[in-house]
Amino acid sequence: MNPLPGAKPTVGTSYSVMAIALHWLIAIAIFGSFAVGLYMADLPLSPQKLKLYSWHKWAGVTIFLFVLVRLGWRLSHRPPEPPAGMPAWQGKVAGATHVLLYVLMIAIPLSGWLMSSAKGFQTVWFGVLPLPDLLAKNEGLGKLLEEVHELLNWSMAALVVAHLGAALKHHFMDRDDVLTRMLPFLRNPAPENMK
Amino acid sequence: MNQRHSLAFCLLAATLSGAQAVEFNQPQLNKSAIFFVSKQMNVPVEGQFKSFRSRLAFDPAKPAAAKAELDIDLASIDAGSKDANDEVASKAWFDTKAFPVAKFVSTSFKPLGGNRYEVAGRMTIKGRTLDLTTPVTLRQEGNTATFEGSLVLKRADYGIGEGMWADFGTVANEVQVKFRLVAAAAATAK
Repeated sequence: MNPLPGAKPTVGTSYSVMAIALHWLIAIAIFGSFAVGLYMADLPLSPQKLKLYSWHKWAGVTIFLFVLVRLGWRLSHRPPEPPAGMPAWQGKVAGATHVLLYVLMIAIPLSGWLMSSAKGFQTVWFGVLPLPDLLAKNEGLGKLLEEVHELLNWSMAALVVAHLGAALKHHFMDRDDVLTRMLPFLRNPAPENMK
Repeated sequence: MNQRHSLAFCLLAATLSGAQAVEFNQPQLNKSAIFFVSKQMNVPVEGQFKSFRSRLAFDPAKPAAAKAELDIDLASIDAGSKDANDEVASKAWFDTKAFPVAKFVSTSFKPLGGNRYEVAGRMTIKGRTLDLTTPVTLRQEGNTATFEGSLVLKRADYGIGEGMWADFGTVANEVQVKFRLVAAAAATAK
């Protein structure tokens, strides 16, 4: 993903503190919501199930808003350059993966919101702020959107596995700073580990 | 008295005299409906009862003598989803096997002025009978009368949603009920 022209270059070889904070905050929230979503769907109807559905939906709206902030930050701040000597095709694959992850981070909460509307269960953020229903109740459409929501989530899970695998490969095999610039506390000051 | 007033007076006199008394007593169930809105985690969820029967006798000239009865088939509920429909038929909710019908029987019709009335009666759900009053608005169009009203029932009063559902934090105690009953008139010679 190319930053907008005039974006501030990030000083040094690390991501900015803001970019790192948003990355990990959203990552943890997505892992949590994914796990809750997977668990709650097959539960028999109970007050617990209704609570989990509401919490999952509140989390989805919250993640969506954080993703918008993160996208704004990403487009206005140049990320660190790829390590010297990294093949160009790897840079292209990494860039495409990042774009797709952003697309899914936007599309997944949207599909959940639309699915809720189509199933006739409005989203009321934290039980306080009702979100408008963009679709009228429609059982068939609700089922379809449920499948879309599920498919998008498994696509993201696959991409996250690839993203994680690439980060670990860079850290342990290439021994470059691709992982540590998103996890600065892993950075070892010993010179043999610095490139 | 101008002409329009005299016409109104004649109509009024005719109505009051009972010479052409009308009584709305032919329920039009296909035009009638019973909806409700429950709140789950503060999310309003709409539902309805698709099958019910009513008996009605309402003469606009003698509203105090009006009578209404309503039998609602609880198994005909649409509570918003298939899961919910199965759940609310269970013992913790309506226990529809043991108590298939909810029944309302009016005890009084009180005119509140204009086209508004206060209807009192006794509501029986799941074996529990409680007094109930509801405002009702009447709309008369030709041969039909439409009675509309809205009231709040507390589900716990009737033991609807017991056990793990008794906590109002998930499903609120208050359930908004909205009804529309349409009846046609049959002229009664007096």
